[in-house]
Amino acid sequence: MTRVTKPKLAVWKFASCDGCQLSLLDCEEELLEVAGALEIAYFPEASRAVVRGPYDISLVEGSITTPHDAERIHQVRRVSRFLITIGACATAGGIQALRNFKDVQEFIRAVYASPQYIETLSKSTPIRDHVFVDYELRGCPINKYQLLEVINAYLNGRKPNIAPHSVCSECKRRGIVCVMVANGTPCLGPVTHAGCGAICPSYRRGCYGCFGPKETPNPAALSKRWKQLGMKEEDLVRAYRSFNAYSEAFRRESESHERS
Amino acid sequence: MLEELFMPQSEAVSEKRFILPAGQFQRLFDALHQRGYQTIAPTLLDDAIVYEPVDSVSELPIGLTDEQRAGAYRVKRNPEGRTFFRYTVGPRSWKRYLYPPRQRLWQAERNGDGRFHVLAEQEDVPRYAFIGVRACELSAIQIQDRVFLSEQYQDEHYRLRRENALLIAVNCTAPSGVCFCTSLGTGPRVRDSFDLALTEVFGNNEHFFLVEVGTERGASLVEELGLPVAADQQCQMAEALIDSAEQRILKRLDTSDLKELLYRNLDSPHWEEVAKRCLTCSNCTMVCPTCFCHTVEDVTNLQGTVAERWRQWDSCFHVDFSYIHGSAVRISEASRYRQWITHKLASWQDQFGVIGCVGCGRCITWCPVGIDITEEVRALRRREGSRAAPASPKEENHANA
Ligand code: SF4
Ligand code: SF4
Repeated sequence: MTRVTKPKLAVWKFASCDGCQLSLLDCEEELLEVAGALEIAYFPEASRAVVRGPYDISLVEGSITTPHDAERIHQVRRVSRFLITIGACATAGGIQALRNFKDVQEFIRAVYASPQYIETLSKSTPIRDHVFVDYELRGCPINKYQLLEVINAYLNGRKPNIAPHSVCSECKRRGIVCVMVANGTPCLGPVTHAGCGAICPSYRRGCYGCFGPKETPNPAALSKRWKQLGMKEEDLVRAYRSFNAYSEAFRRESESHERS
Repeated sequence: MLEELFMPQSEAVSEKRFILPAGQFQRLFDALHQRGYQTIAPTLLDDAIVYEPVDSVSELPIGLTDEQRAGAYRVKRNPEGRTFFRYTVGPRSWKRYLYPPRQRLWQAERNGDGRFHVLAEQEDVPRYAFIGVRACELSAIQIQDRVFLSEQYQDEHYRLRRENALLIAVNCTAPSGVCFCTSLGTGPRVRDSFDLALTEVFGNNEHFFLVEVGTERGASLVEELGLPVAADQQCQMAEALIDSAEQRILKRLDTSDLKELLYRNLDSPHWEEVAKRCLTCSNCTMVCPTCFCHTVEDVTNLQGTVAERWRQWDSCFHVDFSYIHGSAVRISEASRYRQWITHKLASWQDQFGVIGCVGCGRCITWCPVGIDITEEVRALRRREGSRAAPASPKEENHANA
């Protein structure tokens, strides 16, 4: 099958560390293939050459933290056929969403010499809160193979093979011995979305929840077990409050331990 | 047929038992290697005893034992000394080898004319010799035989692995706190469908394996190794160890009326109660030696000229598992736990003629929150009991329908 015109790809950045879009450059070997199948039309991180929109696929990294970005994301949506958000910032507000639990004005006064020049929103929010999103790719950072899979699926008109179940399933398929059962190490795996390939448990560490909540997560049941393993309330708050702190399931769970 | 293929009960096979001194255990491994087998046996890996390729007896979990309870597993020193098999089953089962977690089923290539042709998978499967298969695990393998090698449907990928696999069983002498094979009649003593069965006798300056022969393949190994015939007293020592193990298995699953119990309770409020504790994480299904559910994924290359179909372990705890045209059927956590336990203990019987559980206890130990299948059945019975008229207060009143 020969494609007449190559689909155009754009990569956009909002409040983020760039780690996720770097995953695309990190594809190295596969990058040439991707460049062969797609026209990389807008990717300031990689090239100054800009091809005008509209774009077939937009990869959006980062969260919305400023009034300007809250406007800009609508422009991105308007020029994009498929909008795919990539990473914990774009899908959950990122680590910067820790501000959502505090008073951001206080931070500004503490950090900036001239706070009057800072224009920021009180909350860091995922892209989905602002515009319609066609697909979300989780992770902090995303897994480059999942990124390739989404692009591949788009090009071939099929459903991406990306599972929303727990990290536990990945551990078990890989034959990794459960750190919680065999070592008593607290692990977020049972409530965390698969996708990383169970990196931390493979090094005998508990999962940090980089991919955010899995489908139908039950963090309350997990926290109960963690407490039996000796974890304190304040540590439970911290465990759920990292890259995906503002995702619904993790936010509620951390708040429930803050109150008690 | 299945039985003929894999469970030969040849009359020529010796009734005699033999002695393999522990110091000569390596000779068995060597003989298997000579015959072209890859030996898979228990070994310590990341704080658990798991089945891995093992070439030398020195890699076995020598002098180790395990402690298991709901949601917890620990490897400990065995105070007895340098034993080989004084522990029970770990997080992996033999299904990992007979039915791998992820495997390619076939590929397809697009021709120049726009059509495609299918390339059958050329599998180069090792001849496995499994060493240390427990009684419950032999039963689990037989159950998976019914699934993958039924008269109606034969799974070639499973057959390739299963057909050549040589099974060296081990009688359990150190059951764990989660074992309940005695309730299902699957252990701790191995009864059939093995090539050789070993009982490890240790103590009083003795360390040997009592060897039983189950097949011609097994007999020829014994012959090649030139093992001496066991004395009655040696047989008795081994028997006593297994008897004692049997008595130490305290966990029970009441199987009377089990199917009807579960079918009667499809709408029980108990499922909602389990759902509060269950993480729907799938660990129980992944470690279960009889769970066989999988999904297939189609992958392509970027150009769309090559496609591959892969099969991988899936679970009834995953929402997508029950996805049917537009939506998943089992969305609620309660419905997923109910599905698992009802299939395992009840509808499995309708489907395959046996209960789907062999009482190995893996799902209990490896559930991160320690949900115990036997306790959930007990709880269901209790609820029924408390709903029943005061005239029938006891569990026993739920007789077979
Ligand atoms: S259901 Fe649990 S106890 Fe029964 S065979 Fe499976 S893992 Fe073992
Ligand atoms: S029963 Fe336990 S292991 Fe199974 S899905 Fe629920 S929490 Fe996970």
